[in-house]
Amino acid sequence: MTTNLVHKNEKKNNLRTRLAAGILLLVAGLAIILLFGLHLKPGQLTTFGLTPQGDKNVIPIPDLVLPVQPAIYVLALVAFFVGGWQLARGIHSTGILAGVVAFCFVAAFLIWAARDNSMDLVGMMNTSLIRATPIALAAMCGVISERTAVINIGIEGIMLVSALASVMGATLLHNLYAGLLAGMLAGMIVAGLHAILCIKFKVDQIISGVAVNIIGTGATSFISNRYMQLNLEKINNSGVFPNIPIPLLVKIPILGPVVFENNIIVYIMLLLVVFLYVLLFYTRWGLRTRAVGEHPKAADTLGVNVYLTRYVNVILGGLIAGVGGAYFTIGSVGRFDKLMTAGKGFIGLAAMIFGNWNPIGALGSSLIFGFADSLQVKMQILKTPIPSEFLQMAPYIVTIIVLAGVVGRVHAPAADGAAYEKQ
Amino acid sequence: MNAKVTQTNPEGSAQKEAPKSEEKRRQMPRFFQVLLVPALAILTGFIIGAIVIAVSNDAVVAAFQNFFHAPGAALAATWRAIATAYGALFYGSFGSITEIFRGIQNYFATGDSKPLLLAIYPFTESLATVTPYILAGLAVAVGFKCGLFNIGAEGQFGIGALCSAFVGYSIHGLPWFIHLPLAILAGAAGGAIWGAIPGFLKGFTGAHEVVTTIMMNYISYRLSDWLLNGPMKATGYRPLTPVIEKSAMLPRFFPDPLRFNWGFILALAMAVFVYWFLFKTTLGFEIRSVGANPDGARYAGMNIVRNFVIAMTLSGALAGLAGTAQVLGIDHWVGQGFSAGYGFDSIAIALLGQSHPVGVVLAAFLWGTLRSGATSMQSLAGVPLEIISIIQGLVIVFVAAPAIIRWIYRIRTISTQTTVLTRGWGK
Repeated sequence: MTTNLVHKNEKKNNLRTRLAAGILLLVAGLAIILLFGLHLKPGQLTTFGLTPQGDKNVIPIPDLVLPVQPAIYVLALVAFFVGGWQLARGIHSTGILAGVVAFCFVAAFLIWAARDNSMDLVGMMNTSLIRATPIALAAMCGVISERTAVINIGIEGIMLVSALASVMGATLLHNLYAGLLAGMLAGMIVAGLHAILCIKFKVDQIISGVAVNIIGTGATSFISNRYMQLNLEKINNSGVFPNIPIPLLVKIPILGPVVFENNIIVYIMLLLVVFLYVLLFYTRWGLRTRAVGEHPKAADTLGVNVYLTRYVNVILGGLIAGVGGAYFTIGSVGRFDKLMTAGKGFIGLAAMIFGNWNPIGALGSSLIFGFADSLQVKMQILKTPIPSEFLQMAPYIVTIIVLAGVVGRVHAPAADGAAYEKQ
Repeated sequence: MNAKVTQTNPEGSAQKEAPKSEEKRRQMPRFFQVLLVPALAILTGFIIGAIVIAVSNDAVVAAFQNFFHAPGAALAATWRAIATAYGALFYGSFGSITEIFRGIQNYFATGDSKPLLLAIYPFTESLATVTPYILAGLAVAVGFKCGLFNIGAEGQFGIGALCSAFVGYSIHGLPWFIHLPLAILAGAAGGAIWGAIPGFLKGFTGAHEVVTTIMMNYISYRLSDWLLNGPMKATGYRPLTPVIEKSAMLPRFFPDPLRFNWGFILALAMAVFVYWFLFKTTLGFEIRSVGANPDGARYAGMNIVRNFVIAMTLSGALAGLAGTAQVLGIDHWVGQGFSAGYGFDSIAIALLGQSHPVGVVLAAFLWGTLRSGATSMQSLAGVPLEIISIIQGLVIVFVAAPAIIRWIYRIRTISTQTTVLTRGWGK
C-alpha cells in the first residue's frame, strides 16, 4: 500500500517535472523569437571570426558568415522542437535537452548582438576558458574535499593566500615554477589548518571556512598594504607564464586556438579535471573517498581510516586551490593586489554544486560562468539596445532557472558537513 | 567529547544525550560559563594581533636586531608599537574618557556643548557603525535557525538600500511620520522579496539556497549598476542616487557631524522582535524545528516549504532593513559598491553570536566598534586596518573551537558542548 503510494507520487512528480521542463524549453524558444527575432532587416549578416588574427601557429580558416534572420528563426525552431518533444515524449535526459536549448539561446543572442558586425568567436571562447580556469580549480578543490564530507567554503581565502605566496615566491626566486610550487604549498597549509579545525577540533565546517576566508583576506590585505605595495619591484613583480602552443594539436581548427594555446595553469586545470574524474570513480582511492563522504561509519567498519582520508583530501584540495590562486598572479597579471580573487572562490562553490559534485560537471558550469565573464567584456564593444547590465545578469538568472526547473535536486555527499566521531 | 546537540532542541532530546558530568559543570554560574569562552577568545585574538603588529613594525624589527646589546630597548620598542596601535584603536572606538569628562565639566560651566560632542564623537560613530551589523547579523541568524545558509545578505542589503532610497528621494511633501515608515517598509520589502525568491525555489524545487543566493547577489550588483547609472542617477558624473528628502531621514540624536541615529533603536527593537518571534511564537518554534531536524518536523506535520519561505523572507527583510538603516540614518544616498563586505561580515556575526539575538547584538557591537576604531588606528598608528580582520577571524576560530582555548589556558571546566548552527548544504 505504502509502496504503491510512493510509486504514484513519484510518477506524478515525474510528470510534473516533465511538463515544467517542456514548458520552460518552449518559453526559451519563444524568448528567442521575441527578443532577437523582431525588428530585423532582411539581408543583415553576422560574421564570426574563427581564426585569431596574427597567430602564426594555427591554420587559417574562413570566417563564418550567417544571415541573421534565418539563423535566428532556425534556432528558435530547434528550441520549439526540443520543447515539444520533451512535452510529448518526456525523455529522461532533460539535462542534454536543456543544454541544446541553452546553446540555441546563446547562439541566437550572439548572432543578434553582432549583426552587421563581426565578432571574434574563437577569441571569446578562449577568454571563456581562461576565465573559467580559477573557477574550475576552486570547484575541484570543493569536490575533492566534499567527497569526504568536509565542506570547504574557505576557498576564497585559500586562493588569496596562495596568490600572494606564488607571486612572492616567483619574484624572490626568479622562477615562475617555484612560484607555482609556493602557491600550492601555501594552499596546502591553509587547507591543512581548515582540516585540523574541522577534523580534530570538530569545529562547524562552515564556521571554520568563514574564519579561513576572513583571516585569509585580512592577512593578505595586511601584507599587501604593509609590504607588497611598498616594495613592488623586489617582491611583487614576477612576470607571467607564457602561452605554450601544443604542437600538432594547435593546428586543429577552432579547437586548437581555443584550448591548445594557453599557459600552463589552464593545461593543469584541464588535466586535473580528467585525472580527478578517473581517480574518483575508477580507483580504489576514489571509492574509499566517496565511502567516507557517504557513510563514514560504514567505511570505518571496513577498515578505511576516515580521519586520514579526510586530511589527505582536504589538503589535496588546498593544493588544487593553490594552483587556482597562482592563476590570479603569475598566471595573468604578475602582481598581487588585495581582494584580487573577487569572489571567484564562491562562484567556484556554486559551480561545484551546479556540477553535482563531479569534476566534469564542475568544469561545465565553470565554463558557463567564464563565458559570462568574457561576455561582459565583449558587450561594451557591441551595440545592443538592451542595457549591458541585463545581459550580464543573464547567466546568473539562467543558472537559477536551470537549477530550479530542470536539474532539480542535486545530491550532496550524504555525510557532507558532519564531523566524524570515532567510537 | 559529547555528541553535538542544539541548545534549543525542540524535541527535547538534548537532555537525554547530555552526559552526567554536565551536572558538575552547572555548578559554575551560567553567565560565567557563557561569557568565559568568548572573553578568552577575544583576549587571545588581541594577543596574536599584538604579535602581528610588533613583527610588522620597522622600529621593533630594528631594535630586535640589536637585541643582545640592548634587550630593554627592544622590549620597550615592542611595547611602544603595540600600545600605540591598540591605544589608537581604543580611542577610535570609544574616544578618550578624560576628554569626555572635561567636555561634561565644560558644558556645565559654560553651556557650550561643542567640546563634549567632539569628545563623544568616536563612540557615537561606533554605535552608528554597529547598527547595520546588528540587522544583517540577525538576518543570517534567522536563516541558520531554519537550517538555511543565507549567503545573499549582501544582495538583500543592497536592494533594501535602493528601495528605501527610491522612496526617500522620489516622494515629496509628505510629513515625516508617513514618509519615514514608508521608506523603511520599502527597504524591508525589497530585501524580503530578494530573500523570498531563494526561499521559494528551495522549498518548491529544491534548488540549493547557497547557489541561488550567490546568484541573486550577482544579479543585484548588476541591477544596482544599471539603476545607479540610469534611472536612479542624480545629476552629475558619479553613479549616485539623489539625496533623500529630510522627511525620510532617520532622526539623529545629536547635531550634525555626529551620525548616531534612531536606526540603532530600530535595530535593537528588531533584535527583541526576532527573539520574541523565534522563541515565543508557534511559527518561530516551527522554524527552529525545521532547522534542528527537518525530518522530525515533517513527521510532526509541519509544512517545511512554508517555513523555508517564511524564514528566508524574514531574513531578507532584516538584511534589507540593514541597508535601509544605513541609507536613511547615515549616508542619505546610495553609491556603487555600497553593500560590499556586509554579507560576509553578517555571516561572521551570526556565527559569533551563536545565532541567538542577544549574541548577535553583542557580536555586532564587537564587530562595529573594531571596524570603526580601525580607521583611526591606521591614520594615527600606521597599522593597516586589515589587522582587524585577522583578529576577528581568530576570535571566530576560538569561539567555535573551545577546545583550543581550554588547551591554551589549561581550563578544565569549559563546556565543549557546541551548538549546531549550520546544516551543511541543508539536505
